[in-house]
Amino acid sequence: MMASSYSAKDEDGHITVSGPGGGTLRNKKPENTAFKQQRLPAWQPILTAGTVLPAFFIIGLIFIPIGIGLYVTSNNIKEFEIDYTGDDTSSPCYNCAKNFSWNNTKSCTCTIPFQLDQPYESNVFMYYGLSNFYQNHRRYVKSRDDSQLNGNIDSLKKPSKECEPYASIDNKPIAPCGAIANSMFNDTLKLFYNDPNGTSVPIPLTSTGIAWWTDKHVKFRNPVGTNSNLTAVFQGTVKPVNWHRPVYELDTDPENNGFINEDFIVWMRTAALPTFRKLYRIIQKKNNMAPTLPRGNYTLVVDYNYPVRSFEGRKRMILSTISWMGGKNPFLGIAYITVGSVCFFLGVVLLVIHHKYGNRNNSANISN
Amino acid sequence: LSSLFTTTDRCSFGGEDRRVGSRTIYVGHRPCPANEVFIPPKFCDNRIVSSKYTVWNFLPKNLFEQFRRIANFYFLIIFLVQVIVDTPTSPVTSGLPLFFVITVTAIKQGYEDWLRHKADNEVNKYRVTVLEDGRRIQKESEKIKVGDVLEVEEDETFPCDLILLQSSRDDGTCFVTTASLDGESNHKTHYTVPDTERDVESLNATIECEQPQPDLYKSLGPENLLLKGATLKNTQSICGVAVYTGMETKMALNYQGKSQKRSVVEKSINAFLLVYLCILVSKALVCTTLKYVWQSKPGQDEPWYNEKTLKEKETNLYLNMFTDFLSFMVLFNFIIPVSMYVTVEMQKFLGSFFISWDKDFFDSEIEEGALVNTSDLNEELGQVEYVFTDKTGTLTQNNMEFIECCIDGHQYKYRDASSEVDGFCVTDGPMNTVQQKAGREREELFLRALCLCHTVQVKEGFIASSPDEIALVQGAMRYGFTFLGLESKTMKILNRTNDVEMYELLHVLNFDPVRRRMSVIVRSISGETLLFCKGADSSIFPRVKQEEVEKIRMHVERNATDGYRTLCVAYKHLTAEEYDQVDSGLREARLALQDREEKLMAVYNQVETGMNLIGATAVEDRLQEEAAETMEALQGAGIKVWVLTGDKMETAKSTCYACRLFKRNTELLELTVRTLESPGKRREDRLHDLLLEYHKKTVQDAPPAKTCVASQDYGFIVDGATLSMVLNSSSENNLHDYKDLFLQICQNCTSVLCCRMAPLQKAQIVKMVKNSKGSPITLSIGDGANDVSMILEAHVGIGIKGKEGRQAVRNSDYAIPKLKHLKKLLLGHGHLYYVRIAHLVQYFFYKNLCFILPQFLYQFFCGCSQQPLYDAAYLTMYNICFTSMPILAYSLFEQHISIEMLLENATLYRQIGKNAMLRWGPFLYWTLLGVFHGLVFFFGVWFLFSNPALQDNGQAFGNWSYGTIVFTILVFTVTLKLALDTRHWTWINHFVIWGSLAFYVFFSFFWGGVIWPFLRQQRLYFVFANMLSSVSAWLVIIVLILLSLLPEILYVVLRKPRGPYARQKLVQSSAGGIQSPRSSARPLLMRTFSDESNTVS
Repeated sequence: MMASSYSAKDEDGHITVSGPGGGTLRNKKPENTAFKQQRLPAWQPILTAGTVLPAFFIIGLIFIPIGIGLYVTSNNIKEFEIDYTGDDTSSPCYNCAKNFSWNNTKSCTCTIPFQLDQPYESNVFMYYGLSNFYQNHRRYVKSRDDSQLNGNIDSLKKPSKECEPYASIDNKPIAPCGAIANSMFNDTLKLFYNDPNGTSVPIPLTSTGIAWWTDKHVKFRNPVGTNSNLTAVFQGTVKPVNWHRPVYELDTDPENNGFINEDFIVWMRTAALPTFRKLYRIIQKKNNMAPTLPRGNYTLVVDYNYPVRSFEGRKRMILSTISWMGGKNPFLGIAYITVGSVCFFLGVVLLVIHHKYGNRNNSANISN
Repeated sequence: LSSLFTTTDRCSFGGEDRRVGSRTIYVGHRPCPANEVFIPPKFCDNRIVSSKYTVWNFLPKNLFEQFRRIANFYFLIIFLVQVIVDTPTSPVTSGLPLFFVITVTAIKQGYEDWLRHKADNEVNKYRVTVLEDGRRIQKESEKIKVGDVLEVEEDETFPCDLILLQSSRDDGTCFVTTASLDGESNHKTHYTVPDTERDVESLNATIECEQPQPDLYKSLGPENLLLKGATLKNTQSICGVAVYTGMETKMALNYQGKSQKRSVVEKSINAFLLVYLCILVSKALVCTTLKYVWQSKPGQDEPWYNEKTLKEKETNLYLNMFTDFLSFMVLFNFIIPVSMYVTVEMQKFLGSFFISWDKDFFDSEIEEGALVNTSDLNEELGQVEYVFTDKTGTLTQNNMEFIECCIDGHQYKYRDASSEVDGFCVTDGPMNTVQQKAGREREELFLRALCLCHTVQVKEGFIASSPDEIALVQGAMRYGFTFLGLESKTMKILNRTNDVEMYELLHVLNFDPVRRRMSVIVRSISGETLLFCKGADSSIFPRVKQEEVEKIRMHVERNATDGYRTLCVAYKHLTAEEYDQVDSGLREARLALQDREEKLMAVYNQVETGMNLIGATAVEDRLQEEAAETMEALQGAGIKVWVLTGDKMETAKSTCYACRLFKRNTELLELTVRTLESPGKRREDRLHDLLLEYHKKTVQDAPPAKTCVASQDYGFIVDGATLSMVLNSSSENNLHDYKDLFLQICQNCTSVLCCRMAPLQKAQIVKMVKNSKGSPITLSIGDGANDVSMILEAHVGIGIKGKEGRQAVRNSDYAIPKLKHLKKLLLGHGHLYYVRIAHLVQYFFYKNLCFILPQFLYQFFCGCSQQPLYDAAYLTMYNICFTSMPILAYSLFEQHISIEMLLENATLYRQIGKNAMLRWGPFLYWTLLGVFHGLVFFFGVWFLFSNPALQDNGQAFGNWSYGTIVFTILVFTVTLKLALDTRHWTWINHFVIWGSLAFYVFFSFFWGGVIWPFLRQQRLYFVFANMLSSVSAWLVIIVLILLSLLPEILYVVLRKPRGPYARQKLVQSSAGGIQSPRSSARPLLMRTFSDESNTVS
């Protein structure tokens, strides 16, 4: 095997690697230092039932309340999810999904009514969720050019090879290049509140503050040309194949346009698992009196541009409030309660053992 | 005139037949007139080349050598795969560590080679004086050619192997020391070639000699041959002709590395590696298969958002499968880490310093501490099952004291002098104090024999290669006969009447272990030719007149049972004719080209017959300090001690009793020449019966191993002659394999004594035990040249820096000044080293398993696309920076039980016996632990990521955050796991463990805090900082670390204390340790231990 021959030293036997000493230490009394005599002062903990017992109880006592707290917090988070993939004939988006073609110049719109049983008090976060979408596929993850996205002019004109086959069309560089950018989620989701009096009130959606601050301000930069006009800077590049608009027309707000468009940045942060959600919009709480989203009927209007049927994917729209621990996820609470309980239970078992077998083992620490 | 000498020389060196195995040398390159044609023969020049590389070939040659090692080659392949094939991780991840390893090794080897170049140059450029055509020419040593006549001055080293032609001393002798060759510092006398003319310049001669051969120790060459490396002493200058030069000198031929010994730990590592390689390959296979299964579903292989490049589309499916397989291999190859080899090597190298630093191993007498010749076997010291020890110089001090003698059956005891009633006797010389039982003439003959029959030199005291001889000469001095020295073949003795007696030394028949005797032939002033012989009783008795034997034998046997070394002294008158015959026989044999040894032996045996026995001497060889305690501790540690000695049975037995290897209740089973002799039976039959009887007693009737406490102790004694019968008879007797029987008996005895052993037999025994069932780890300890064979044969060879030269030390793996140090070396250092390295190995496999398992599991969630879970920086740094230092510190400083405790409780050694910590059980435990941790890390975070919105501003985490969270948990868990295992927290452990964790956090911040211009993707940009801003991430990290460590804590707590006895001791001594300050308590503890053991037994 490999190890045996690995350390077979110098097969030709010219030198036998000798250990230390080798004659140089002759006639020299070894120094009597704590280090050399292996007597450095040391703390020598001995874990016994006696010493570990309190630790188990303490852990149990800390974890169980935290767990309960987490669980309650998670349960208090309000979340509403609606699947608008449209592969079911009854689904409002069925036609859009069925008739989807990349050549459609006009986007297909479908409206999905839904009802919120509870009012959403605080800020509401609107996510889109995709399933069976492998954003973490290796070919996909690496298909980007961070240097281009950072505003490097050279990379803009000559995208990295990693972007292939989304690097250029007819020798014109794609900006932004790569599979990730190319497949950017481009459904437009709009929310309308159906007032009990019959009118449909559009709900204002904030599209900033959804990406990491560092991404938006450092990692992603628009290329700075001689011209401050974004259109001019991107001159000579072409839009990604599957995009409807070029990158400099993503938004009207210059602070949210081009590479620093937050929808774009959010998309570029590849998800960990094939089922994921990404922050889409934030519904800000207007005033302290009224809930952000009162109880009642709503309509979700979707510009259906994003096909998922070909790979059996699903699309969802999620409305969620957020707590200090993030979105709704009962896992942490359950984990803490479980671990805490186990620790507590073990503490009891150890206590029994400790009592049964006496204090014989309780030799505690030999410290120096 | 010169032609005359040529013929003489031809006769003396050559003989008529010019065999292939000999070389002809023309002294001074002058063609011999008698010779037909002068063809300058081709010999190699005198350049010593020990270096391997030159400046030009260093890089290619060194790289080639390094990549010949399969592990390096494996990593190179992985690296190349990464470069060529499109793999998930960058080539840097495996290239950097490999580059590091290769560079460090290359630098180390380059430096060593540079040192060799320097040493070579020093030797090769050394100025020597060559006599050429009557002129003295200074030459560089490397330019010496065979046949050159060289002049060497006092204290110079011989530049090549020379035949001594001329010495500045009148008697044609010179003295050399061979300290640099074999470590023996005594002066050896060499003689000029007889009858060469005084005028070397015009000498015309040829020499025929043997082709170069490495045989250095058989005897240091014929007495005319001066070896390269030896130093001229006490002689102004000599002239000699170069016969062997350069790489053909005996020194160069002997300059070969010893065969490498491998430790059991390495075998375990290899076995584990095989398992991990299987895991690696099966992981890659599973992933490749799943990938193609997954891709076969419609829409999965190439969804619209993730199209392949043209090149990828065109590649052949099977080639794709193959490259995918390779990619997976690369992705998971971290499971077999390069760094483990580096760490293991480092641990061994650095760890061995503690042995040479240990002041307990320092012996003030010889001013030396322990010496570590190899660091590869540290852990083997903790695994020893059999100790083979030499007796003389190892168990005993080899510090001889003349106790008494016996002349003609009358006992003379020097020590009685002090207790003698009449006080004047003390001053009057000891001989008078004893009742004059033997005749005065016999006494004086005996004392003259003691004064003459030896090879002692006088130089500020006596110098001899054997301490027995000094003791005897000193003994004779007490009785009034003082040896004054040897001057130009004349031995001077100061006798009782203060007269100087002169004897011409004619021949010395050197001692050798086969004959077990030595003789001198001297001629007294009166013209009498006498042969004095001294030797072991068994070798003398058959060669003297039988009627003299009986009265001496009694004394010899009594002395032997007292534990003294006995020698018998005999003499013989040689008539002139007899002497002439002997003289010519010896000369002829000495100059023989072939079978010199055998021929000499034959002459010796022929001369040393029909002698007259005068008496016997008894010399005490005292036991080494704490020999008994050491042996007892070793036996307590479950180590079987075998004494292998060349000494006679009675002496050896008494030493064994004194060392408490045999105790009063030990039943001795004897298998010696004596017990084999029984009337009316062939010795073979008797051997057969005895073997069966002993076998029945020890093996079949022995109670089952579990209840061994109360069973009878057996001691086994065997002698060399019987042993060879046992070993050689197996072929005839296919029914009962004697060897097996013998081995089984031996293994069931607590201690075994093998006496009358030849050096080779010692090695044979070691080999036999080494290769027996279960291949136990053997250790040989000895101090003399006769122990070298067994030291080299055993798994671990220990040399004692004794008085019999340094050959044992040179060939050993570890050298210690005294036997008593063996206890600490095995029970203290050995135990700790084993625990350390075993833990190191297990931990390394474990930490890489739980490192790679999440990566493997991630493949199920990313379409088996080889997407790495961790960033490349983490992949690279994990083994190099984040987790390497704590385990290295652990493996250097851990003392799970303090050294004092280990020394006090020898039984603790048994717990780690039989490679206890590296067997499949513990390996399975660690592997399961690794799997458990891997699963916890991955799925814990997986559950968390069911909703990736983990920040309080609703923002979501991506795949790199996922990997970073898993990695953070991983680094903390494996480090804390090690912290849990650490029983000995020095400040270094604290520093390194907490330092590594701090470094990880710092590095992550740093790595994620900058847009690195050389990176194509800023994957980790602010990922770590964002992770820390999420409360959920903190909470999941904490709970998963705790969950991972929970079983470990439970295991530690619930594990049964290691034997009730050990535990109690632990408590007791800890209580004792608290009472008294440590520094003063230590020597006290040692002392009480030895006292205790005295009283207990």
